[in-house]
Amino acid sequence: MTEPSVETKQSKNKEWEPKIIAFLCNWCSYAGADLAGVSRIQDPPNIRIVRVPCSGRINAYFIIKSLTDGWDGVLVSGCHPGDCHYISGNLVARRRFAILKELLEFFGIEPGRVNFMWASAAEGMRFAVLVRKATEIVKKLGQNKKFEKKW
Amino acid sequence: MVKSMGLETENKEIENNLREIARGLLKEKKVDVIIGYMEGTLPLLSQPIIIDSEEDVEKLIWNNLCYVNLAKYLVPRVPKFVNPEKGNLTVGVISKGCVGRGLIHLASENKINLDEIKIIGIPCNGVVNRQRIEMEIGEKEILEVSVFGDNIIVKGKDFEREFPYDEYMNDLCKTCKIRKPPLVSKSLDLCVGECEEYSNIVDDFSDISEFEALTPEEKWNQITEELSVCTRCYACREACPMCYCNLCFVDQNKPVWFGKTTDLPDVFVYHLIRAMHMAGRCVACGACSLVCPMGIDLNKINRKLEKIVKERFDFTSGLDPDVLPPMVDFKLEDAQEFALEED
Ligand code: SF4
Ligand code: SF4
Ligand code: SF4
Ligand code: FES
Repeated sequence: MTEPSVETKQSKNKEWEPKIIAFLCNWCSYAGADLAGVSRIQDPPNIRIVRVPCSGRINAYFIIKSLTDGWDGVLVSGCHPGDCHYISGNLVARRRFAILKELLEFFGIEPGRVNFMWASAAEGMRFAVLVRKATEIVKKLGQNKKFEKKW
Repeated sequence: MVKSMGLETENKEIENNLREIARGLLKEKKVDVIIGYMEGTLPLLSQPIIIDSEEDVEKLIWNNLCYVNLAKYLVPRVPKFVNPEKGNLTVGVISKGCVGRGLIHLASENKINLDEIKIIGIPCNGVVNRQRIEMEIGEKEILEVSVFGDNIIVKGKDFEREFPYDEYMNDLCKTCKIRKPPLVSKSLDLCVGECEEYSNIVDDFSDISEFEALTPEEKWNQITEELSVCTRCYACREACPMCYCNLCFVDQNKPVWFGKTTDLPDVFVYHLIRAMHMAGRCVACGACSLVCPMGIDLNKINRKLEKIVKERFDFTSGLDPDVLPPMVDFKLEDAQEFALEED
């Protein structure tokens, strides 16, 4: 595990940076993001966080709407399977995500646009590393222009 | 499907049998009403009919234009079959394979009670892909459609064309493995007519592998080209036996969070979420594509759904009313190869 560096900082170079919307479960990942912050672990500034009560709360539409609204990437993070605050929320969600992921690919959305991960409240470092990974994947894909209005 | 017999004779035989069974059921008061197909008002169509007396049995037909999934008529969004004095009526349903599957799947979702139903099973030999024929005929008016041997003959004012049935069959029928309604081992008297027990259905999904191998860009172009003509009429939803929601997501407008236009993003959202809702529920009847006024082919998407649930959860919809559908179930050890992991 390497500590993420600061090179994604927008101020340094004028390179294009992806904007990623992140749906984080209140009980694990949101707290994990918080921990990454208070531990001063550097993670990319590309994500904008939406706090949800549980990954089971995430309707597939949240994800698709984020894409049609022009976000370059979507990141979804919940508690590790088995650790959900509501016991099985993320297990139900996991099946949903699996199908959504395959369907998005089938419809021609690049596989890396939407990413899923699990991170607990104690895993600040893991959170930072995975967010960085997701950011890099989306950055490689470039801007999300599929849903640009033509007029 | 017994090829040598010829489609025509085969259909006639099925039709005679089903009328015989229907007459018997009504006579012995085993059912109160029967839902089946009758001659349509236009040449390439058939329409549903509900009969409750023996005289009407002659109106029932079976041919390769009977593509509506009759299971649709038993789900809550349309009035239930109730008699103020007698309570719930017993309904006989003329069932090809996918209608039977639809009924059984709806029972697994607790939407219908199989005790109030008789599945009048018939061995289906597929339905015609009506849009494809219409497309080939073009602007001209079709006046008569008949089946001769294994060919579909389409006649109009100054033309007559023949289409080989094998090729002009609906795509989902080409890959269909469940031509007769599945037998439900727990209630054997559910099925009258021809039903069959299925186990270990083998399907290689080779029909969509070519599409799956395309690059994201190519898939996107093909899919969006297909969907771009969608007018959001929702005929596909109205025809689908699994679309029984009282308030479909696209109609939710407090707040307005689904776009209502026919612009590509909104159309894309509709079709993607509709597909999400069909995962593990679609019974591959093809009714959605066949009713589309714009001739949009949703079969490929439905096949993909079938493939996903088969591979991930080893599930085939509409076989057993006691098996939980995959999307309301979960296992701790479900595959999660798609989740990001640290290197
Ligand atoms: S989605 Fe289409 S093919 Fe599947 S059950 Fe509904 S109408 Fe039939
Ligand atoms: S598309 Fe979805 S929400 Fe709409 S009726 Fe069908 S299953 Fe229900
Ligand atoms: S029936 Fe066809 S045009 Fe109508 S909403 Fe469905 S896909 Fe679109
Ligand atoms: S509470 Fe975190 S995933 Fe359910």
